[in-house]
Amino acid sequence: MPTVLESLNRGLHQAFAQDPRVYFIGEDILDPYSGAFKVSKGLSSKYPGRVGTSPVSEAAIAGIGAGMALRGLRPVVEIMFGDFSALIADQLINSIAKFPGMYNEQVEMPLVIRTPMGGRRGYGPTHSQTLEKLYLGLPGLRTLAANNLADPGELLRKAILEDTGPVLFIENKVLYLQPVLDNKALKDFEVEMHTPEGNYAPTHTLRLRGAPSPLLTLTAYGYMAELARQAMLRLAFESELFCELVVPSQLSPFGPQGALEVVLHHSIQRTSRLLAIEEGTYTLGWGAEVLARAAQVFPGQLKAARRVAAADKPIPASAPLEDAALPSVQDIVDAAQRMV
Amino acid sequence: MPAMLDDAGLYRQLCRIRHFEQTVLDAFPKGIFYGTTHTYLGQEANAVGVLSHLKKGDLVFSNHRCHGHFIAYGGDLRALFAELMGKATGVCGGLGGSQHLHWKDFYSNGVLGSTAPVAVGAALAEKAKGSKATTVIFLGDGALGEGVVYESLNIASLWKAPILFVLENNHIAQTTPIELALAGDIPTRFAAFGIPVRALDTSDVQETSSVAGEEMNTLRKNGGPRALILNTVRFGPHSKGDDTRNEKTMAKLRSRRDPLKIHGARLTAKQIRNIEAEVKVEVAAALKQAQADPLPTP
Repeated sequence: MPTVLESLNRGLHQAFAQDPRVYFIGEDILDPYSGAFKVSKGLSSKYPGRVGTSPVSEAAIAGIGAGMALRGLRPVVEIMFGDFSALIADQLINSIAKFPGMYNEQVEMPLVIRTPMGGRRGYGPTHSQTLEKLYLGLPGLRTLAANNLADPGELLRKAILEDTGPVLFIENKVLYLQPVLDNKALKDFEVEMHTPEGNYAPTHTLRLRGAPSPLLTLTAYGYMAELARQAMLRLAFESELFCELVVPSQLSPFGPQGALEVVLHHSIQRTSRLLAIEEGTYTLGWGAEVLARAAQVFPGQLKAARRVAAADKPIPASAPLEDAALPSVQDIVDAAQRMV
Repeated sequence: MPAMLDDAGLYRQLCRIRHFEQTVLDAFPKGIFYGTTHTYLGQEANAVGVLSHLKKGDLVFSNHRCHGHFIAYGGDLRALFAELMGKATGVCGGLGGSQHLHWKDFYSNGVLGSTAPVAVGAALAEKAKGSKATTVIFLGDGALGEGVVYESLNIASLWKAPILFVLENNHIAQTTPIELALAGDIPTRFAAFGIPVRALDTSDVQETSSVAGEEMNTLRKNGGPRALILNTVRFGPHSKGDDTRNEKTMAKLRSRRDPLKIHGARLTAKQIRNIEAEVKVEVAAALKQAQADPLPTP
């Protein structure tokens, strides 16, 4: 099984091979270093004229990507750490996501901004955050999160080649070295994949094969989906608490264009209980929106609704403190047990 | 795109911008327009002088003070009036308003300096495509406070973007005089990045046009980036009625630095009368049409 990292690297290489309009800009991305997380390995050697290593200027490279996209190229910009997405916020909010709408759909913005998020590596408060919640719901921007269920490289390739609008592509750092799960690895699960008409970002639903009716719906994305899957197994084998897990690869837009809401609501009809799990901070996050939407669709029918997320504080560098601040398999198990 | 203009043609363009902007400023209190505006009064020679050297397919990036650039680029007066009214027939269907225009290869945005990397990216894209198109970006002295501008100058120079940075220094950012906002000087800001820079202190469209023409030619021949600093005077308020400057000083500047007066000296009184009359009719007709145009349906 390839790792998520290998899959993403392959997706980038395929996009470059398939379309000469694809360009790549980022910091420290040239071979042999190939970027801080090696996602662009081999790219600068194979396509030297289409890969630009940039100064440490996140805002400028985001804007340069926007200008290239406006003029018919299909650029990919790498922001080395998701924490530095704060430096591109103006470009993202006031230019990249804005142009098609404010120019009355007279322009397209096929730009992909890739960035790794997440902790668990001891990088401390400014290199460990999960910040995409700041950009979710931004009109005009699609936010995708790679996971190890869908083929993340294929998701990236489609975002680069098929999308006409801007995409913020979130990659979790710990997820990079996880294998992309194949049928064999998922043999204990029934897996359903739903991709809405006109979209390319799938949502997966996992159920334990041969298990009784589930009592609880878990939903998570990115690396948290892997931790939720592990929690699902523990809950089944240790407590006979059976769950369904819904994993979106598109976080935003949230509504009917994204698969999550549809799939989630089918699941909630079966379970009446919803646990939203994310690595971003607890307050005003992705899970809050998930729960709010479910509450509107199922007034009075939700028997339990909870969230598991990171503590509302800077992520500590010290290993035991960082572990305590970030959501774990145990946190998911504990939350689930409180809901039934 | 305007073809190379003779003296009368240059005057007509200055005059169209002047009448358009004066109409906007005069009519705003009457409630004809909606939202806000930033007029180009006094700076007309910059847009006309630079953009008279555009070739088909060249790109223009502009800022919040974009009406003059848009008109000099060849933009339609009725569509611009309509955009300022939020009408369906506006440049962007009323979605953008005064500061957010896109038509053909013209783009403007209202966040100062934010256009710099976008313009550099667009210029690099044209270079990559081998289109030979040149990009012109207008920035004001106010935008020099934004860090992303310097990031963009650095990369434009490193990657040899075919772009002309036109820095319109009207010596005031909204209400803050340049002395309170800018340390050092402007030319060395460009020179520090290895970008060849020239500076003018004039309101004479011929002088601006002549130097801008040389710069554009060199840019087309030798590549970019290049920079042109145009020291200029903003006659009107930043937006509407928010001018805090000394009225006596302003009156003096308006009389000494009026691009229409300066260039008008090269025309006969009759030529001026005719052009003024024709432009007046054109602007009035555009305004009337825009007023009759429908609002968009939500």
